[in-house]
Amino acid sequence: MFWQAVTLQLGYNATLVMLGAACLGVAAGVTGTFLFLRKRALVSDAISHATLPGVGLAFMAMVALGGDGRNLIGLLLGSAASAGLGLLCVNWLTRRTRLAEDAAIGAVLSVFFGFGIVLLTIVQTMSSGRQAGLESFLLGSTAGMLWNEAIVIAVGGALTLALVVALRRPMTLVAFDPEYAAATGTNVSRVDLAIMGLAMAVTVIGLKIVGLILIVAMLIIPPVTARFWTDRTEAMVIISGAAGGLAAYIGAAWSAVVPAMPTGPIIVLVSFAGFVLSLLLAPGRGVLAAVLRHRRFQARVHMRQGLLALAQGQPIYEGYTTRILRRHGLVSADGVATEAGRARASKALLDEKRWEIIRADQAMEGAAALYDGMRALETVLTSDQIAEVDAKLTGPEALA
Amino acid sequence: MAVRGLTVSYGEKPAVFSVDMTLTKGRMTAIVGPNGAGKSTLLKAALGIISPLAGQATVYGKPLKSQRHRIAYVPQRASVDWDFPTRVIDVVLMGLQRELGLLGRVRARHTAQAMECLERVGMQDFADRQIGQLSGGQQQRVFLARALAQNADLYMLDEPFAGVDAATERAIISVLKSLREEGKTVVAVHHDLATVAEYFDDIFLINTRKVAEGPVETTFTADNLNKTYGGRLAMAQIDQLELATG
Repeated sequence: MFWQAVTLQLGYNATLVMLGAACLGVAAGVTGTFLFLRKRALVSDAISHATLPGVGLAFMAMVALGGDGRNLIGLLLGSAASAGLGLLCVNWLTRRTRLAEDAAIGAVLSVFFGFGIVLLTIVQTMSSGRQAGLESFLLGSTAGMLWNEAIVIAVGGALTLALVVALRRPMTLVAFDPEYAAATGTNVSRVDLAIMGLAMAVTVIGLKIVGLILIVAMLIIPPVTARFWTDRTEAMVIISGAAGGLAAYIGAAWSAVVPAMPTGPIIVLVSFAGFVLSLLLAPGRGVLAAVLRHRRFQARVHMRQGLLALAQGQPIYEGYTTRILRRHGLVSADGVATEAGRARASKALLDEKRWEIIRADQAMEGAAALYDGMRALETVLTSDQIAEVDAKLTGPEALA
Repeated sequence: MAVRGLTVSYGEKPAVFSVDMTLTKGRMTAIVGPNGAGKSTLLKAALGIISPLAGQATVYGKPLKSQRHRIAYVPQRASVDWDFPTRVIDVVLMGLQRELGLLGRVRARHTAQAMECLERVGMQDFADRQIGQLSGGQQQRVFLARALAQNADLYMLDEPFAGVDAATERAIISVLKSLREEGKTVVAVHHDLATVAEYFDDIFLINTRKVAEGPVETTFTADNLNKTYGGRLAMAQIDQLELATG
């Protein structure tokens, strides 16, 4: 069943939902990257909660004008208007009062959401009859999605994506170094407004599928996931878009297969699974890679300390050091150095003495900066340079 | 560049009050003053990064807005997040954004130009590194390379020597001197009084208000320093400086 869904063989409605969700996922992942890089990811939470009063008011207005209160475009326009108002409130509170942005976000988010719930309750008691379903904007609903609703989502997603491509340079510049951006004549507050406006657009077109409570996850989780895999902004945008699109596609397929499974929450969970995998397995920034790197480094430290102890005839106190030396065949089972062990030990001691000379020599500042207590000297200096250092060694070690 | 009657305030307390400043073409100017004297603020306001309460800046006799492309700014190193996902070469390419425009592709000649700037600051071997892997001094040199890429006429640097190693300080000062030789104008916020006379031609002393400005030979005097630092500078410290006897 799941495979059928993934290959789009599960019927018209499921296919529509999956393609719509994938469009939304890509747009959200790409847009969210700039939100994340600008360190304003949480503002999207305020934006999304601020959509609710707009949904309620738009419904009332459309009914009052004698139309169908559930017209998606009307509802989305209403939600965009109130989300924009919420965004302005957060900006104004942060700039004009001494409130920090997190407090402003908390205040705006809860007040708008509370007002929205009150409006929805009023809508429930209205006698227009066709109000059922408005609460689906909270958690999203894909059952019975219409063709033109899917078109709205796809077109909205594509427009958002095109705008991101066009504005990627100023957005990256402002996110990295707003002062420099301003000095070169970039209008920083206008670029910020564009970043927030794009996030708002994604939120509004995502209301139908994932709902306003969880859309923030689609904006934040993909860029965080992508950050594990790359150190370049452009690559991060692409990976984030792909991760967001894939999670939304798989999540929508899954919810189409399992009866009565809500689409939004499933998408978020699939996205989260991708995040956990990246957190653990990504090379470089992943947890596993970091642990392995640390273990290897620790082993090298123990090895070096053990060799120096052997060379100077000192006892080795730590069991781990002995085990490492034994594993490399440098000491025998009873803790006595083997022939290879003795050779390596005297080499280590010699290097240590050479390093002492290098670090004391102002002219070798560059090489001395690489000192970490265990690097093989041959990887830092040429053999000529080593000979030069050896010439300064005094005593019998020089001949070793 | 000329600044007239510039006042900037955070809240109700002016950080820079009614300051006039004139930078002479082809010379290097140090902006000097105690902590919190408004040195960086003066620079940022002159550039329009923060909007002043009063006053304006002109560049080569024209309003700042139309002349921005002739100015390159090097911000304080601490002003950005160095864990940002970007490589050294990408940062330098930011200096070419005017040429690249919104949609233009980064072509080989742009990369070559950026590499040339990295070479000038001795960072060509680090082009592909993530910026967080650099030392403080190397980060400062990357910022300078980005400014060089702009190919500007006026270079404004905010504490370029703060917390950098000796090799970086030498590299930066030699680049700045070569810019001067090309007839470009350099101004830097500077806080090491010991090197003012060695590095700079002109000095601008500020403590919220302008104290003095002029050539180092006539303006860098014990009297002016006392006025700027309000006696916070020990006499012993002043004695060690090679001051002008103006």
